[in-house]
Amino acid sequence: MPTMRRIATAAAGSLALALAATSCSTGGDATETLDPNADLSEQTLTVSIWADYYPEDLAEQFEAATGVKTTIVNHTTNEDIVAKLTASSDPGIDVAFVSGQYAQALGEQGILAKLDKSLIPNEENLYPEALELAYDEGNVYSEPYAWGTTGLCYRPDLTGYDPTSWNDLLDPKPELVGKTTMLSTDRWLSMPALKAAGHSLNTTDDAELEEAKAQLIETKPTLLAYDDTTFYSKLVSGEAAMVEAWDGWCNYGIAEDPSIKFVVPEEGADLWVDTMTVLESSKNKEAAMAFIDYILDPEVQTWVAENILYKVPNKAAMEALDPALIDSYPTLGITVDELTQQETIVDLGEDTVKYVDLNAEVLATN
Amino acid sequence: MTSTLQREAPVPFLAPGVLFLIVFMAIPVGLLAFYTFFTRGRFGGIVFDFTLDNWAKLFEPLYLGVIMQSIGMALVVTVLALLLGYPMAYGIAGLSPKWRTVALVAIVLPFWTNFLIRTYAWILLLNNAGWVNQWLQGLGLVDEPISMLYTPQAIIVGLLYMYLPLMVLPLYASLQQLDPSLREAATNLGATPWRAFRTVTLPLSIPGALTGCIFVFVPAMSNFVIPELIGGGKTIMVGNLVRDQFFEARDWPFGATLALVLTILLVIVILVQNAVSRRLTEGPRRG
Amino acid sequence: MADTTETTAPTTTAMRELDPDARPRAVRRPRGILVPLWLGYVFLYLPILVVVIMSFNDSENLFVWRGFSLRWYPELFADEKIMQGLVNTLIVATGATAIATVLGTLLAYGIHHFTRGGLIRAFAIAPAILPDLLLGIGLLTFFSLLSFSLGLQSVILAHAVFATAFVTAIVLARMANLDPSLEEASRDLGAGPVRTFVRITLPQLAPGIVAGALLAFTLSIDEFVIAFFTTAPTQPTLPIVIYSMVRFGVTPEVNALATLLLLVSIVTVIAAQRLTRLTGSDR
Repeated sequence: MPTMRRIATAAAGSLALALAATSCSTGGDATETLDPNADLSEQTLTVSIWADYYPEDLAEQFEAATGVKTTIVNHTTNEDIVAKLTASSDPGIDVAFVSGQYAQALGEQGILAKLDKSLIPNEENLYPEALELAYDEGNVYSEPYAWGTTGLCYRPDLTGYDPTSWNDLLDPKPELVGKTTMLSTDRWLSMPALKAAGHSLNTTDDAELEEAKAQLIETKPTLLAYDDTTFYSKLVSGEAAMVEAWDGWCNYGIAEDPSIKFVVPEEGADLWVDTMTVLESSKNKEAAMAFIDYILDPEVQTWVAENILYKVPNKAAMEALDPALIDSYPTLGITVDELTQQETIVDLGEDTVKYVDLNAEVLATN
Repeated sequence: MTSTLQREAPVPFLAPGVLFLIVFMAIPVGLLAFYTFFTRGRFGGIVFDFTLDNWAKLFEPLYLGVIMQSIGMALVVTVLALLLGYPMAYGIAGLSPKWRTVALVAIVLPFWTNFLIRTYAWILLLNNAGWVNQWLQGLGLVDEPISMLYTPQAIIVGLLYMYLPLMVLPLYASLQQLDPSLREAATNLGATPWRAFRTVTLPLSIPGALTGCIFVFVPAMSNFVIPELIGGGKTIMVGNLVRDQFFEARDWPFGATLALVLTILLVIVILVQNAVSRRLTEGPRRG
Repeated sequence: MADTTETTAPTTTAMRELDPDARPRAVRRPRGILVPLWLGYVFLYLPILVVVIMSFNDSENLFVWRGFSLRWYPELFADEKIMQGLVNTLIVATGATAIATVLGTLLAYGIHHFTRGGLIRAFAIAPAILPDLLLGIGLLTFFSLLSFSLGLQSVILAHAVFATAFVTAIVLARMANLDPSLEEASRDLGAGPVRTFVRITLPQLAPGIVAGALLAFTLSIDEFVIAFFTTAPTQPTLPIVIYSMVRFGVTPEVNALATLLLLVSIVTVIAAQRLTRLTGSDR
């Protein structure tokens, strides 16, 4: 029965997708006639970014540089922004920051506009690798803002050793029981279990997912909590000894307690990319392209690395980075090679449902 | 009243409000009910493809388990609120009128601080590095911090804290309305204070207690913030399930189904409460 | 809440006021009867006390006391997100209260004069009883179906729904105590229904309408769940701002905010008490 349901869902879904694709094709293909000489000061721009992920005066800076009246608003998660973007035909947002796999899905749905590269000359500042990412090869719908990986963020004084494997988290030593946290959102909940078992984090194989689910349910009682937002504070306060963490967020812990360390487990992890996209419904596309171009300016993007402590895919920006900063925050020193060895998270289309169900089941099980 | 009033007045007065509530309450709720029979869209929303799966899914052990657990936790919270709230309300009812007002205001006042801040205050208290653990360790009562946060018990404390005033107020109202002469009469007839309480006060306060139980049970059952913030995401209740169907799983039809089931359960509880308290208040008169 | 204080049985109160010491022995409470009450207050106020104390803490660390400081108060007012949230909340509360006060008053009047109003009465009061979760997702679904863009306008409409129910309930309660003979007299003298409503009924209902509007405003200001589902990420209300602050790690500004909110509540209560004492004397 469940399989029947899945097939029915998938069939209905692809029908809907096809419909969406045809209905949106008018916008999607037409590498729209954007006017390179448009008077930007006539346009207004609304940008939705994760909170605390950009310079506080970014709107003013960009306005000063281009004359575009800019409003920056915040969303809390990918789900949050995607729900709002798909809920209405005109969400009133021009530029949305979403993770790569969401840019892929939104692009396929015709919700995103194709980027007009003639208006984004600063793309040349990017690492060549940043133009070949699996979720959007050639950066048709998205330009990368920051990227990184996921690993174990820990306090050696509390763990008593240096973890090297996802199993250190999934099957913690007795003294660490109740002192670890895991991410619970999206694909990051299943990633440690999939990687530990040697599977792809993009797998759609039911048996592999089943195996991961069983492992996660077994791990659940050993956790202090699931935490997607404050895990680094739990390390600093000593509530937790080891947490599953995005590399950049681990740095927030390191900033307060330099003894905190980060490791990418030997089984490997993900390559996540946060991207900038332009909405097809935007009436200010020239301004939106100009905004993306502005961000890709090495000086602007260096700010992200220096202040958010995330790596940025901007070669010029990374090379301009103060080596002392990399000493303090070793995750900034992870090289492009090391990073691109990790597996890029891609959208799985209808099979995304499998991960959604897996998360629901793990989180609801006692 | 005059019949002219009845004939003319209602329509222009009722129409705007009724229309507004039809559009912004009846239709949205009806829409949810309608959605429960269709298939989810990939990014939320809906695909118009008839199915009964959403209702069938409710009976999967996983979801049935979450529903039962929510009922269980809301019940525990309600019973604790009654046990703690009854003596509080009884105490207030015995105060002098002036102090009674002060005491009542003091019960309501925490309610006017934002409930999220009150929830977060418990994180400050119960955290492993938090104040309660600091005090316990300072007093030498424990060596290692006790894990209190991120447990089902912590959720229960959080919910109890949130809704206790809703138990105290109706209880106080019903205790307050008791005629003290009844109790006097009982004691004059030789009843001990306890017996007077048990035979006179207690039965008459039951309607207030029932109302209080509803006031606590209903919101406790659908709260999703406290399990998330105080429960560390490890224990989820129906409310979380509904929220997650909309914002994480993007399965609106199933989320709608869960919300409707929750509502139906709560309506049944309220109807039962109404029936019971009607029988109770009518009972003595007939006897 | 407002109701409960009013239901204070007048007879008992009056009796005790006459001679509080004349209470018969049996009614005097046993020793220790107030212990649970005090324990209850400790339970209710301990968390609030911690927050208030920590709002004067010099440290950024919420678990360590480092000395007295007022620094979080100016920082709170400098926090644009919180201030914008506050403005949004006030806009929403004002809008929702305005709609609800008009619709609720009309509804109450209509229901009161409409003898078969049982069903409509239940319908009008239903939003106060329905789980906020149901209303929130119902409206989200509805707005999304209509492609009605989410923002303060959608929250105003959503809040107006439950606020209308509360206004209706309170005005209806007030209505029950009205003297119908005045309205009848007005009608007998030839005034139409609208004229009678405006000239005779409204002034008499005013206290109930004000009470209903105040309750609607208060509930809207603190409402989280419905706003969570119906707002745009662009325009969070204050409770939503606080929610995301609590989720993403609290800064001590939140303590200062909580302390100020509490202060405003206390001042409001005292003012309301004074006011009712003043107006109450002529009753």
